[in-house]
Amino acid sequence: MLHTFIAYVDDKPGVLTRVASLFRRLNINITSLTVGRSERDGLSRMTIVCEASAEAGHRIRASLFKLENVVDVDDIAQAPNVTRELALIKVAVTKELRSQIFELVEVFRARIVDLTAESLMIEMTGVESKIEGLIEILRASDCCILELCRSGKMTMRRSHHVSSVVRAMSVPANESEEPRPVDEDAPALPQ
Amino acid sequence: MGTHATTQAANAHLTTPTRLTGAEIVWATLYGEGVTDVFGYPGGAILPVYDALRKFPIHHTLVRHEQGAAHMADGYARASGKVGVAMATSGPGATNLVTGIATAMLDSIPIVCITGNVSSKVLGTDAFQEVDITGITLPVTKHNFLVSRPEDIAPAIRHAFQIARSARPGPVLVDITKDAQQGTAIFDFAAAAPPPHRPHPMRRVEVSALDQAAELIRNAQRPVILAGHGVIESGAGEQLLSLAERAQIPVALTLLGLGGFPASHSLNIGMMGMHGESWVNHAIQDADLLIACGMRFDDRVTGATATYALKAKKIHIEVDPSEINKNIKVDVALVGDLAQVLDQLLPRVATRNGAAWLKTIEASKGAVAVHDIKNLPDSGHLYAAHVMHDLWHITGGDAIIVTDVGQHQMWEAQYFHHERPRTLITSGGLGTMGFGLPAAIGAKTACPDKEVWVIAGDGGFQMTAAELATIVQEGLKVNIAIVNNGYLGMVRQWQEFFYERNYEATPLVSPDFVKLADAHGLPGRTVRTRTELDQAVAVARAAKGAFLLNIHVEKEDAVYPMIPAGNALHEMIRRPGKKPLDKPAGNK
Ligand SMILES: Cc1ncc(C[n+]2csc(CCOP(=O)(O)OP(=O)(O)O)c2C)c(N)n1
Ligand SMILES: [Mg+2]
Repeated sequence: MLHTFIAYVDDKPGVLTRVASLFRRLNINITSLTVGRSERDGLSRMTIVCEASAEAGHRIRASLFKLENVVDVDDIAQAPNVTRELALIKVAVTKELRSQIFELVEVFRARIVDLTAESLMIEMTGVESKIEGLIEILRASDCCILELCRSGKMTMRRSHHVSSVVRAMSVPANESEEPRPVDEDAPALPQ
Repeated sequence: MGTHATTQAANAHLTTPTRLTGAEIVWATLYGEGVTDVFGYPGGAILPVYDALRKFPIHHTLVRHEQGAAHMADGYARASGKVGVAMATSGPGATNLVTGIATAMLDSIPIVCITGNVSSKVLGTDAFQEVDITGITLPVTKHNFLVSRPEDIAPAIRHAFQIARSARPGPVLVDITKDAQQGTAIFDFAAAAPPPHRPHPMRRVEVSALDQAAELIRNAQRPVILAGHGVIESGAGEQLLSLAERAQIPVALTLLGLGGFPASHSLNIGMMGMHGESWVNHAIQDADLLIACGMRFDDRVTGATATYALKAKKIHIEVDPSEINKNIKVDVALVGDLAQVLDQLLPRVATRNGAAWLKTIEASKGAVAVHDIKNLPDSGHLYAAHVMHDLWHITGGDAIIVTDVGQHQMWEAQYFHHERPRTLITSGGLGTMGFGLPAAIGAKTACPDKEVWVIAGDGGFQMTAAELATIVQEGLKVNIAIVNNGYLGMVRQWQEFFYERNYEATPLVSPDFVKLADAHGLPGRTVRTRTELDQAVAVARAAKGAFLLNIHVEKEDAVYPMIPAGNALHEMIRRPGKKPLDKPAGNK
């Protein structure tokens, strides 16, 4: 099944290698991975999507946590979330085809962000299936896709889910070795 | 080293922030972390650090190969419970450490390795003796640091110590560029303290789970405690004893758990797994409850997981959350430090009568004991089992035994009975041949007042035999017993069982080990009979310095019982039907 993990990691050299290396060791292919700054200073946020057995989720999350530079890991599993991907698509178009593409872009609520005599660039944000839909139709049309660039998925839990990183950060230092209270949001350990 | 002046100066550095060179900061930080001994080998990229050593009261042991340095740090840590420290130069010095680091990783041993590297300006240019050692060791360390500024040295080393010894211990490497060693910075030991250890949020013990565990224990008819290395690492021996005694639960041990529960205790049923005794593995297969304490259901102890202890509920007490349900699915997980978890669990456990189950296990031993080689009369043949049994008997079981890897290692585990933690030092997870001699040097350095024996095979001994010179240079009293069977015995045994006795690449020519010792100025003796063994062990123990015994044993003996890899735990190859005795010859 497809797993989605959110990881908050130190924004330091080599951290991406450590995370990627963990998946490599487990012989798990990373389907997509996005990294960028997060709401916390000095921490980057990763969305990691990978294909692995249903039971693997617990182990991957626990192993990610063992990395010194990983501050928090959330296994999204089936929780309500918003997932988006960004695609940039450059297509070769003749004048005659242009209006047809404009229409398509309108229907898909995408945008034209660059336009030259022989090509145009489409920017599209959405769920994976929508982006794939646009690509498919473009392929089926008479125009030719010159370049395709996809960001990979970015995921955020819906509603008032308080990211456990906030709580992790609010634990006073002298209590840090104490057993922690039951965390309602975190996926429970199988008991 | 160790002069009054250096000690005073080093102490002053810890309390008064001072400007020091990066090289001095390395030692000052190590000193502040309580380090008294470092095992290492110099070279260009670490020379500034070596140059600064004379100013600090720390003893440096010059090894003969950096693998030895890592194993010595490892043996030091296993014997003492402290963090061991190894040091090497860049490039080949650093890569030579890798086997030792991986050995420590697989057995969760806290060591810190410090390597020099080329100057930061030429990092990544394939400069002379440059390797990406943080890249190379990434999967075999808990964490590693690349430090390129003098001011970052103290925080990195302090953090390394914290990581090495926290939660599930392990190796950490700190790679320091030469310019960072040569530059200067204000050394402020207190300010360099690492951030508070960040607890793993999945490491938690819920009250409901404790209650559930207690309930399972209360209702069990055939419970078995599986005690692993965590008992020793966590210092949970007493709690384990309380649990076993209160609920009258038999205890089976992993290889690395040996010593965690007294061998002579009536509830100790012995070692489990591939070369565990049949009744131990049968008890596990028949159990209705397994209480796994600080062990990880390694494939060497479970056999085929699909057929492992199918009738048993399982409680797993383990510090590393990623071990839960990794190999074996468990019913209750108590994720935390073993001693702490047992402290929470014990008040919930009531006394229990376990007599019936203990009797069943005792009965299942059957005639096994009379087939046991140590109970056979002296036929003039010297078996390795005799060697282990006699060594145990003569030393009173008090010595620290450091083994190498192979048949002799398993015989040691079977026939040497360990009463106390940290009296057996052996490479379990990685099974690293060549571990024994250097690890024993580390153990002796940590515990100079203890009797230390290395038991090595003729093969593994030759992998790190160069460290004999280290023993001489350091004037260490380490007793060496080479169990010489003329073969890479454990591999020969696999060839005998599974490859139609095709002894390809396992017959082994060795030097005359006694002459080899002699070349180092060390006394030694060759032993061929059981009578000679007694005397030779006595002479070795009485000798002032190190002593080497070259013990020729039966060449084609095999370790029994054995579960072929991938078989179920109860499908073992038993001892061949040597004619049982009417009455056992008894323990000498
Ligand atoms: C570094 C290393 N290489 C290879 C092996 C595989 N191996 C395991 S046991 C063994 C034979 C050991 O022979 P010896 O040291 O003579 O001990 P014996 O089994 O004869 O007691 C070998 C080659 C290993 N464990 N470690
Ligand atoms: Mg041998």
